[in-house]
Amino acid sequence: MNSQLEFFVDMQRCIGCKACEMACAECETNGQESMIHVNYVERATSIQTTVQVCMHCDDPVCANVCPADAISKDEFGIVHTANTERCIGCSNCVMACPFGVPKKVEKYDMMMKCNMCYDRTSIGKKPMCATVCPSGALFFGTREQIAEMRPNSSPVNQFVFGKEVVKTKVHLMMPKGSKQLVVE
Amino acid sequence: MAKEENTQENWKQDFPVKKEQSLQVSRRDFAKFLVFISGGLMLGSGFIAAKALLSPEEKSEQEFFVCKKSEIPVGGTRSFTIKGEGTPYLMIHLEDGSAHAYEQKCTHLSCAVFYAKGTGKIECPCHHGFFDAATGEVLAGPPPRALPKLVVVTKGDDLYVKHYRI
Repeated sequence: MNSQLEFFVDMQRCIGCKACEMACAECETNGQESMIHVNYVERATSIQTTVQVCMHCDDPVCANVCPADAISKDEFGIVHTANTERCIGCSNCVMACPFGVPKKVEKYDMMMKCNMCYDRTSIGKKPMCATVCPSGALFFGTREQIAEMRPNSSPVNQFVFGKEVVKTKVHLMMPKGSKQLVVE
Repeated sequence: MAKEENTQENWKQDFPVKKEQSLQVSRRDFAKFLVFISGGLMLGSGFIAAKALLSPEEKSEQEFFVCKKSEIPVGGTRSFTIKGEGTPYLMIHLEDGSAHAYEQKCTHLSCAVFYAKGTGKIECPCHHGFFDAATGEVLAGPPPRALPKLVVVTKGDDLYVKHYRI
């Protein structure tokens, strides 16, 4: 895997077209289910949408709380989706993830989440969602490229949830100079 | 508990999230495992040996009626069990007129033994082990020990056995 290539998510640029969800659901490795989710922020008053892809935490809470040891993180920093033979469908990870990424798919009685298109990114290709995003909300490339494209934003990969500090592999684009995102 | 405080917790080291850590078995862990297992085996066999040494076998003087000697033809046998016990025994009426009682389980792999009529030998058909029908000693084959023997008491025509382990 090319370690120079990183994932940058710019939620403000999301236009809610759901092209990423369609592209993700084309993949048969996740059973035609989308592993990326587009959410409305305040649907009653705003058309703003956000996009949530797995952030691939340095110390993934989903994997830590898994009682069946079904979620693991590989040497490239990818937090893999549940091992189908181990997952017991307990939904501990669904409750634990601070970003709300893992979803329990009732049809399979199993948790399914994004693995950053491991089959594609491991050979230097972009994840499907990043290849189709028309507004640049999802970008997969080098730090230099994103700095040139978004001169008024800085990538942030540290999130503070109360006492919990979470560092992630995926970056979120924040106003220039931001170091971390604090969620009260 | 904040995440920084629990990184050294035992559960976290026992169930690592990272794939390379969960697949890795260190030399030290392997040595610990070996020592633990062999230590356990040593303690276990030591406990069994100590128990056998400290509590000698209790012999029962109680006599149990088996059958009348005249009911068994010369060279014939009768299998029996003692009430309250599952072990099968074999009463043999030898050609010389004496009666002997043995456990019917071969000391090798617990196959049922039988008396080979006219030979004076008890045979185990599984691996061709032979025991002396008069003493229970091993004559040939794989059995490591003699057949456990019961004392036969003859009262007139009645055969009784005693001296079995409680």
